[in-house]
Amino acid sequence: MTSVSPFRKTGLAFAAALMLGAAPAALMAATPADTLVIADGIDDIVSIDPAEAFEFSGTDLINNVYDTLVELDPLKPGELVPGLAESWSVSDDGLTFTFKMKSGVTFSSGNPVTAADAAWSLQRVVKLDKTPAFILTQFGLKADNVEQMIRAEGDSVVMTIAKPFAPSMVFNCLTAQLASVIDMKTVMANEVNGDMGNEWLKSNSAGTGAYVLRSYKPQDSYVLEAREGHWRGDAKLKRVFMRHVSEPATQRLLLEKGDIDVARGLSTTDIEGISGNADLQVMDDLDGYIYYLAMNQKKEPLNNPKVLEAMRYLVDYDGMVNSFLKGQMIVQQSFLPRGYLGALEDTPYTFDVAKAKALLAEAGFPDGFTTTLSVRNDPARLEMAQAIQNTLGQAGIKVELKPGAGAEVLGDYRARNHEITLQAWGPDYPDPHTNASTFAWNPNNTDDAKLTGVLAWRNAYDPGELTGMVDAAVQERDTEKRRAMYQEIQQKHRDTSAFISMFQSIAQTAMRANVQGFHTGGTLDGVTYWLTTK
Amino acid sequence: MSTTDISPRAPSRLKRRAKGFAGLLLALAATFLGLLLVTFVISRVVPIDPVLSIVGERASQAQIEAARTRLGLDRPMWEQFGIYVMNAVQGDLGQSLLTRRPVAEDVARVFPATLELATIATIFGVLAGVPAGVLAATRPGTWIDQLVRLIGLAGYSMPVFWLGLMGLLLFYGILGWVGGPGRLDSGFEMMFEFDVPRVTGMILVDTALAGKWDIFANAVSHIILPAGVLGYYSMAYISRMTRSFMMNELSQEYITTARVKGMPEWRVIWVHALKNVMVPLITVIALSYANLLEGSVLTETVFAWPGLGLYITNALFNADMPAVLGGTVVVGAVFVGLNMLSDVLYRLVDPRAK
Repeated sequence: MTSVSPFRKTGLAFAAALMLGAAPAALMAATPADTLVIADGIDDIVSIDPAEAFEFSGTDLINNVYDTLVELDPLKPGELVPGLAESWSVSDDGLTFTFKMKSGVTFSSGNPVTAADAAWSLQRVVKLDKTPAFILTQFGLKADNVEQMIRAEGDSVVMTIAKPFAPSMVFNCLTAQLASVIDMKTVMANEVNGDMGNEWLKSNSAGTGAYVLRSYKPQDSYVLEAREGHWRGDAKLKRVFMRHVSEPATQRLLLEKGDIDVARGLSTTDIEGISGNADLQVMDDLDGYIYYLAMNQKKEPLNNPKVLEAMRYLVDYDGMVNSFLKGQMIVQQSFLPRGYLGALEDTPYTFDVAKAKALLAEAGFPDGFTTTLSVRNDPARLEMAQAIQNTLGQAGIKVELKPGAGAEVLGDYRARNHEITLQAWGPDYPDPHTNASTFAWNPNNTDDAKLTGVLAWRNAYDPGELTGMVDAAVQERDTEKRRAMYQEIQQKHRDTSAFISMFQSIAQTAMRANVQGFHTGGTLDGVTYWLTTK
Repeated sequence: MSTTDISPRAPSRLKRRAKGFAGLLLALAATFLGLLLVTFVISRVVPIDPVLSIVGERASQAQIEAARTRLGLDRPMWEQFGIYVMNAVQGDLGQSLLTRRPVAEDVARVFPATLELATIATIFGVLAGVPAGVLAATRPGTWIDQLVRLIGLAGYSMPVFWLGLMGLLLFYGILGWVGGPGRLDSGFEMMFEFDVPRVTGMILVDTALAGKWDIFANAVSHIILPAGVLGYYSMAYISRMTRSFMMNELSQEYITTARVKGMPEWRVIWVHALKNVMVPLITVIALSYANLLEGSVLTETVFAWPGLGLYITNALFNADMPAVLGGTVVVGAVFVGLNMLSDVLYRLVDPRAK
């Protein structure tokens, strides 16, 4: 700062004059008492239509503005609780699900919630067929049959699926934000060119949630306003004001000064920096992201099982978690995040250069080989990639890093053009099938199949028997058996697959000390604002 | 442009003007078309698939193809460009892939934030830079000259990101003299959002029009620091240029004549010499203003300032072409507009330019 001070005197002469008038206003920094002010990066939002939203910030918003038939309770993680349905049942053949609607619930427009609204909302997801639609269409629902498969019967919604699935799987999928119940009358009154209100719902809400969308400015902010007489009990705070602040240091300053109540994007350094501050608190939640390495099986010698095995010993899992990833990640060496049914918590692989070298020699590469590692150019991932480049190098594997913009790296990955890539994967719905069906399932490994959404396919990896095991596990109706099946799949997968699962991320939420009851939803659910007080 | 002329004379001049005006329009159209073409081509050769950015990682191949068709990205490039230009001429800049809003609406939202910031920064820059440059030029080699040079060099070489954060830490974090990042405190932001009619989108202007002086004062406390940081950069540039223009002017014969005639030194410098320096200086100021109007990504990031720079950068990284092109059109228009404005100003300050 010393080198700046001469300028400061000159430059601020003008500023000082103007500032005199503004100083008292600037001092009024505290957030309004009835408003929860949050800073986060929200430029990931593509849409806030429940049938289309699939990014964290968007689904978090939807979680507070809409309700689903069945829900996860933020206070009892993992437990299925009634949402807009008061009870439900499954037919003996496991194909038909009946949900009896609660009575007396209204949308924010005042319209009563009916079974017809609920059935229409689910049909709408299938008909619009936006990115997250597969969560429903995987049950055999299609645009041309969905009106028969999902229908309103009196005060119940009846959903029929094409083949048997584990009921827990069906229910878990119906807790996802895309299954939100939408106000049919209001939305259809705003339909444009047969879009079922998709355009209108980009800047409006029509749900039963504790909050109503008051304003939304993309890449800038949104404001939610509490409803009176909400069926779950009114939200504690009248408003939620989400501000888009992408720079962590800026978020930290705002939080320290009391200009925001919650900061969701602080860096490790910032979290350490505020640790001694009695006005602030930090909440750690495991979230669902798995950070992994993937090796394209079309590239020699990455398709050699011995080489893959050697590489599993060439990642310094503990070293990274105890240094630059401290507080941000835990070691997780199988594809299901902790918190999911069947997740494994043991970590059999450690960093062992000698063992890796022996394996490479066995594979016929005693001197290693040369390859590339593509990675998104954000600081945390680059740091990880550099550490991996270093440890692979210790066994003679010379890695050239290929950093790129997110969409660029992803494009390369989906086109099966990468060699090694460092990636992260977040589950799509709170059921183990979401990760099993992408890491360990690939029914057609040919280029023409273009199963670009399936991670195994992107790596040209044929999981062999695992594909069938995944299909069986998702149909198993006994939950304990189902758990054991996923455990077995993961054990085989982590020893033989083209993936090296390394870490599960931890979400660190920094808050003012007076903020209570802020639930991020952890690995399974979205954020909950309506229980928050301050 | 011709309407701003202050000395209407012979009708033949009017005719000449009209001809000049038509030429100008033609040049403008060519400039914009070239600008769009280059941006368009660049956007299509970068290895980013815009469809992926919007449908997301999980989308199936069928969903991707559907989106590609819906966005018209499956057509030949020249056809896409043609459609874009045709629509743009009719005032339709298309829809941003990322925000799903009309680009014109997006730009109307983000540009006022940048305009407000850039204008105040430029005012700071001129008010500090011109006197500093003149002082340095009239006392070459003295400590004042050295100081101005030092400050200018520091302005060039210090990363704006760092300077912004340090400024925030000191003036907001420690001293509490200014408002924090963002255009307003959260409470005022919501008051502005819901209680103040939107006229220009510039908070200072709109709150003044509505007579909401508490929000106005808060906005002032928020804009001072980022404007100060940007203003410092423009000051550094303006003071260096002023100094060299002034040195050149002070060595002219008419200055010597004025001095010999016994004219007071302040009058020689601040009236006679400065008047002649104004012409090149206007260009310098206009250019620096135009640079600020493109938006400064780093400043906008540090100060959580939702302006044009962030918008265009975000769009670029996601290959959101309509947004990038729309932003380019605005930036282009700003440059052209400021060029024309400095033309007009030349005529005002320099009689010879008529």
